[in-house]
Amino acid sequence: MNKETLKKIFLPLVVLIVIIQVWIGIATVVEDFPTPGSTYTQAFGGVNADGDDIEGSLADPFYIENQDDKGVFWQILASLQRVFGGFALAILVGVPVGLFIGMSKNAQYALDPFIQIFKPVSPLAWLPLLLFIFKDINATAISTIFITSIWPIIINTALGVRSVNEDYMNVAKVLRFTAFEKVVQIILPVAVPFIFTGMRLSLGIAWLVIVAAEMLTGGIGIGFWIWDEYNNLNYENIIIGIILVGFVGFFLDLIMGRIADYFDYTKKGKA
Amino acid sequence: MSKKFLSLEKIEKRFPIPGKEDYVAVVDVDLEIKKNEIISIIGHSGCGKSTLLNMISGLDAQSEGAIILEDKEVKGPGPDRAVVFQNHSLLPWLTVYENIEMAVKKVMPELNGAELRARVEQYVSMVNLDHAKDKKPDEISGGMKQRVGIARALSIAPKVLLMDEPFGALDSLTRANLQEHLMRIQQKAQNTVIIITHDIDEAVLLSDRVIMMTNGPSATIGEILEVNLPRPRERVALQSDPEYIRCREAILSFLYEKFAKDDE
Repeated sequence: MNKETLKKIFLPLVVLIVIIQVWIGIATVVEDFPTPGSTYTQAFGGVNADGDDIEGSLADPFYIENQDDKGVFWQILASLQRVFGGFALAILVGVPVGLFIGMSKNAQYALDPFIQIFKPVSPLAWLPLLLFIFKDINATAISTIFITSIWPIIINTALGVRSVNEDYMNVAKVLRFTAFEKVVQIILPVAVPFIFTGMRLSLGIAWLVIVAAEMLTGGIGIGFWIWDEYNNLNYENIIIGIILVGFVGFFLDLIMGRIADYFDYTKKGKA
Repeated sequence: MSKKFLSLEKIEKRFPIPGKEDYVAVVDVDLEIKKNEIISIIGHSGCGKSTLLNMISGLDAQSEGAIILEDKEVKGPGPDRAVVFQNHSLLPWLTVYENIEMAVKKVMPELNGAELRARVEQYVSMVNLDHAKDKKPDEISGGMKQRVGIARALSIAPKVLLMDEPFGALDSLTRANLQEHLMRIQQKAQNTVIIITHDIDEAVLLSDRVIMMTNGPSATIGEILEVNLPRPRERVALQSDPEYIRCREAILSFLYEKFAKDDE
């Protein structure tokens, strides 16, 4: 192991110790705040502060007690399903719209103001309206994700189209490419890395949105689970939930990054 | 009917400037180009030589006049007038082979798999790039890229090969090398070639005729010089050839005495 690798392992460990110290500090100041120890016990099982031997939240993530009481695996799975539902819709609509905006100045002029206005709207602002329309938890969550995560896909796709070198288009003109051939053979190869950047941002947003959305809609899902644990006064589980959300988000981004690199011709074949 | 191949008739190009009179880039350009002829168009920057080439290629439309290729008026770009762009414009996500294949496939859809492969291989070999055919443009040198550009342009069997300062971005040794390459190719396959250049030696070395443009705005053809040098031409031997020296001096005097430009 070389020095750099050692540093990469050692330095985060130092920061972890600092974080735990701060956490302990907060736990001594704030009444009833979970300590690292009690959180660990809550997560993996053992004897808690009250002397009860409990089963950890993460000990059996696959349990199904009843419709409303399932292990964290099922909570996360439910959230992921909604995320991918909304995300897939955002791609399906966002990429063609982005291509259109990128290729047509008129489309850009027509749509740009609305993109700029709707883009910064918080998912929580959309939620009541969508709940009113759909009156269904899943449809509301999916459509909220759709409407908040579509913007980076549209914007980056259009940017990708616009970054097509004029010379490439001249080559296409000399060869008399049809519009379809231009899109498939010239525009998409250039735009795909941009589209994936947009998708990566979009998936990040989707994962942020789902936790908030589920807190309001209820049912099953990691967001609702965290909120439910707050209501159950089980504060350890809130921290466990936060860490889980972080790890899942991290892995989603990692996977998306790998896929993006795979389709990026500038990175293909290079280490 | 006369045996005209490519003719430019009273070509004029104006660019509109909002709130002002149009900018007249080139005006009154009349030129006839014979089949299998190599001509250079030379002039100071801003003389509209690239504009002229863009009009012949059809990438830009003339404001007045007509461009007629084999009795048919040129309207818009097409594969009968292949262009070698200054910065090669190879598609970076395709290999050398694929860049040429893309062009051949589109222009000659009637070729079957084996014929297509044979034709692409033939043009890869023509520019001596067999060893690099599976490389991406990023992985080869500037001179090699330009060779691929030439191969791609010739692979679609154009009637005219248009070259817009094809070697302008290269260092002088690579440039000389590519000029040799082009002459060798031309020796075998007689193409009609129009080269835009600002290099006097390049113009004399490569061309049958050199078209000298006056300065813009309202640039036009100033003089036409016939280069009566036998082919194949040999760069080193030419340096002391009286005809070569005469041609060189004629262009020099045109560019630096009659139409000197001192704003650069």
